[in-house]
Amino acid sequence: MNTFKIGGVHPEPNKLTADRKIETLALPVQAVFPLSQHIGAPAVPCVQKGDTVRVGTRIAEPGGFMSASIHSSVSGKVAKIDSVIDASGVRKPAIFIDVEGDEWEPSIDRSDKLVLQSNKSREEIVECIKNAGIVGMGGACFPTHVKLCPPKECTIDTLIINAVECEPYLTADHRLMLEHSDEIIIGIKIILKVLGIDHAVIGIEANKPDAITLMRSKTSMVSGIEVMPLQMKYPQGGEKQLIEAVTGRQVPPPPALPANVGCVVQNVGTVFAVYEAVMKNKPLIERIVTVTGQDVKNPCNLKVRMGTPVSQLIEYAGGMPENTGKLISGGPMMGRPLLDDTAPVVKGTSGILMIPEADAIRRAERNCIRCAKCVQACPMGLEPYLLATASEASDWECAEENWIMSCIECGCCQSTCPSRRPLLDWVRLAKNRVGGIIRARNAKK
Amino acid sequence: MAQKLYITTSPHVHCGDTIERNMRWVIWALMPALFASFFMFGLGALIVTATSVLSCLFFEWFITRFLLKRPSTLGDLSAVITGILLAFNLPSNIPLYMIVVGALVAIGIGKMAFGGLGNNPFNPALVGRVFLLISFPARMTSWPVPHQLTAYTDAVTGATPMNLIGQIAGGNSAAADQLPGLGDLFLGNIGGCIGEVSALMLLIGFVILLCSKVITWHIPVSILGTVTVLTGIMWLINPVLYVNPLYHLCSGGLMLGAIFMATDYVTSPMTPKGMVWYGIGIGFLTVVIRYFGSYPEGMSFAILIMNAVTPLINNWCKPKRFGEAVK
Amino acid sequence: MSFILTAVLVLGLTGLVLGLVLYAVSRRFKVEEDPRVGQILELLPAANCGGCGFPGCAAFAEACVKQESMDGLKCSVCKSEVMHQIAAIAGHSVELGAEKVAVVRCNGSCANRPNLRVYDGAPSCAAAALMNGGATGCFYGCLGCGDCVKVCKFDAIKMDPETGLPVVDQDKCTACGACVKACPRMIIELRSKNKLDRRVYVSCVNKDKGPVAKKACDVACIGCGKCVKACPFEAITLENNLAYIDFEKCRLCRKCVDECPQHSILAVNFPPKRVAEPAPENQVEQQTEQ
Repeated sequence: MNTFKIGGVHPEPNKLTADRKIETLALPVQAVFPLSQHIGAPAVPCVQKGDTVRVGTRIAEPGGFMSASIHSSVSGKVAKIDSVIDASGVRKPAIFIDVEGDEWEPSIDRSDKLVLQSNKSREEIVECIKNAGIVGMGGACFPTHVKLCPPKECTIDTLIINAVECEPYLTADHRLMLEHSDEIIIGIKIILKVLGIDHAVIGIEANKPDAITLMRSKTSMVSGIEVMPLQMKYPQGGEKQLIEAVTGRQVPPPPALPANVGCVVQNVGTVFAVYEAVMKNKPLIERIVTVTGQDVKNPCNLKVRMGTPVSQLIEYAGGMPENTGKLISGGPMMGRPLLDDTAPVVKGTSGILMIPEADAIRRAERNCIRCAKCVQACPMGLEPYLLATASEASDWECAEENWIMSCIECGCCQSTCPSRRPLLDWVRLAKNRVGGIIRARNAKK
Repeated sequence: MAQKLYITTSPHVHCGDTIERNMRWVIWALMPALFASFFMFGLGALIVTATSVLSCLFFEWFITRFLLKRPSTLGDLSAVITGILLAFNLPSNIPLYMIVVGALVAIGIGKMAFGGLGNNPFNPALVGRVFLLISFPARMTSWPVPHQLTAYTDAVTGATPMNLIGQIAGGNSAAADQLPGLGDLFLGNIGGCIGEVSALMLLIGFVILLCSKVITWHIPVSILGTVTVLTGIMWLINPVLYVNPLYHLCSGGLMLGAIFMATDYVTSPMTPKGMVWYGIGIGFLTVVIRYFGSYPEGMSFAILIMNAVTPLINNWCKPKRFGEAVK
Repeated sequence: MSFILTAVLVLGLTGLVLGLVLYAVSRRFKVEEDPRVGQILELLPAANCGGCGFPGCAAFAEACVKQESMDGLKCSVCKSEVMHQIAAIAGHSVELGAEKVAVVRCNGSCANRPNLRVYDGAPSCAAAALMNGGATGCFYGCLGCGDCVKVCKFDAIKMDPETGLPVVDQDKCTACGACVKACPRMIIELRSKNKLDRRVYVSCVNKDKGPVAKKACDVACIGCGKCVKACPFEAITLENNLAYIDFEKCRLCRKCVDECPQHSILAVNFPPKRVAEPAPENQVEQQTEQ
């Protein structure tokens, strides 16, 4: 079985919710839509306080090329445009909507019927995806329409569908594949049409045999789409690692893109959203969220309207366990800590994870004993111990010379460190500073 | 929300590895060799090992408590390993005060003077050993012959395979007759330092270290490989003067050094490529000292010299970066 | 006897030859240096703090000699008379502004601004600031990891373990500005020292709206603007829900201090107020009546 070559770790999978069917969560009382839910410029509100909106009404327009629009997931009245603390942990501008009823935009096809064909042209499809506000659903939230328009000098030959879900605990993509496989395959065909190629590979880790079997049987009649089981190893769901696992090609260091080696990677969740946008005219207003944790009473996979406060999800899952020490949006390896349970669900929320206090507390940091386990674990072939030390000493030059910008912040180094050093905290700081220095240098040129 | 949440960035889980776990496995891996040495040298081996471990622990506690005024670091077990390794590098009939002096140098100068575990440039046990070797050369280079179970400082001493190999290379072909058989060498039925005699037990320790993922294969294999290749070439050139490479592999401190001393985390390189070069360097220097130096055994010096080169190796040997263009 | 002679001769000759080599090398590779640079360097503090914008005291001394005037050249560490001496050596004249001192503009101690969460990541304000809002409800205030303490070359700033805030030792502070640059929240400001080290400043940088700021911290500036109205010298401006006192306009009258409902304006090094003065509440009432 294929996998990537350098580094990697094997965290406990803890897929508690793998066999829980997707359930639909009730509407919230008030939905909150932060204006920057994606990489790039924040969206610009196009509604005002007091406006009435329906489900699917666009409430914010893209703030630039690298941006995405935001749609209301509920019907009701715009209460205010204020700020909210979102998953990134800082106060950001957001639109608050008080929910009244559940009235949908009439243009949206709400039936369950599978739509197989569409006669939209490539440009129309891209426009449709852009209008629907679709971003990468894996967590990075890169606007999808930008990704589907690779630079002209690159020839794309492979579309890779990321169904790896290598993060422990999360099962949203797994359940989506089991329950919406037909839609996903139509979505893949749509994206293939946009890219003008005829070869797609669905990469699935070997711990999801049911999904592999199902997708294999569904794609057996479709030419050009291939299912590839992959060895279990974290961070296989990282874009660069997945490309290497599937094609054997290595993406050069930044600023190179996957398109430079002829690949476009899309998450299954994104593919599903593309299907709904193109075939059903439904913007990105819902997503599947795994609510889980060791001591959670009723861990589950929920279909949630965007903007629902996290507290409502936790309540559905049986409330926050007494011993919770950390509340995380996303998985345990790359997720972000939430400051409290009032944060809303946004486009990139793949899971809500509650970690018991005993596991949440970091053990006291000690001297680096130079065991080299971080070097062995790093999937990018970096030396985390060196980068962290350079960062601690504010030696940004040393960090840049040692390829710090290649770091994908997967957390392998820190999760293996026997001295419990906060390696990634330091590396992240250095990456931020070096990035600033590089941008300043480029701006001078 | 009653409870206070922790806010730290990802990753939020840890594989559970600790310094203690690694150190514990090293201690377990050293146990077979300790058992073999007890079998060969009897009480002396136990007395020396116990003294060494206890004095290392005492000095570490004393220095952290009274000189550095820091919380005690005894819990990380590294002093225990230093103690065992120091004892393993001593003959079983060495007087107690020498062991204590060796432990003081190992912990005090070899480790704590640089700031404790993680900051020492040289392997502490080897610093202690080499200090004793230079200070008390006579006591440090006379080894008791095996099977004197109740003897300690009064044990009868005799020539070790390393002395004999040196004599043979010096042209004394009569020494070849005294050389023990390969089987005895492999099992450890020979004279020598406490921990180094039984190649078999040390190899069992190696397997334990590999299985518990404490070390990787790179350093030991490259050291042993280099020694085999170099001594093999010399043996092929002149089999009368130079012995079979298998004798080299199984005698002296080569196995102990390659498996337990050279692989010391703090003083060995960080990248696989660097580890291989480091191993080749140690192997080369060992053979050079064994054949051309004035000491019969060169492992300690070879490791210490390569310890000094480790920072340079770390600078030169970078891991293969993801996406790096193939030159 | 002869071996002694041999030894003396050998050593003497070796010494002579090596001495000649040293002399030749020092002649050959001699670097011409303006003697004034050395003189200036002796006056400088030799801390290489970088507060002047040059990579060290030597570079600053060289710049003093090379440049036409002392414009833009100021060692923030040196006292003004020393600066005048330096200028005299370099052959320039110099005009100096007011002496400054670093001021920590956050009073969110553990009591005023309780921790709502626990941060136990890397012990660095910069790393903590990168992640999110931090452990308290205030997203602008001090993070308390002591980055400013680490960069201070003069041992002039310390963390107070009780309040969790840094404290500047005004006698040791040289206003080199290292802490100002290090603070990711931009709390520390260089303000003029004034007579008798008296200072009046808004000890808060929270730009949140009043209710949010008030909820986060007992002494947060809520942007009510009372101080702006109270100031007779127009030294106070209000921007983004935050008051700021311009230290060049401020005459240290302390009217704003009494006016501030949040006690976020601090006056330091003033003698304690006389009891005879009318209580500040009465004043407020009188004004509202009028």
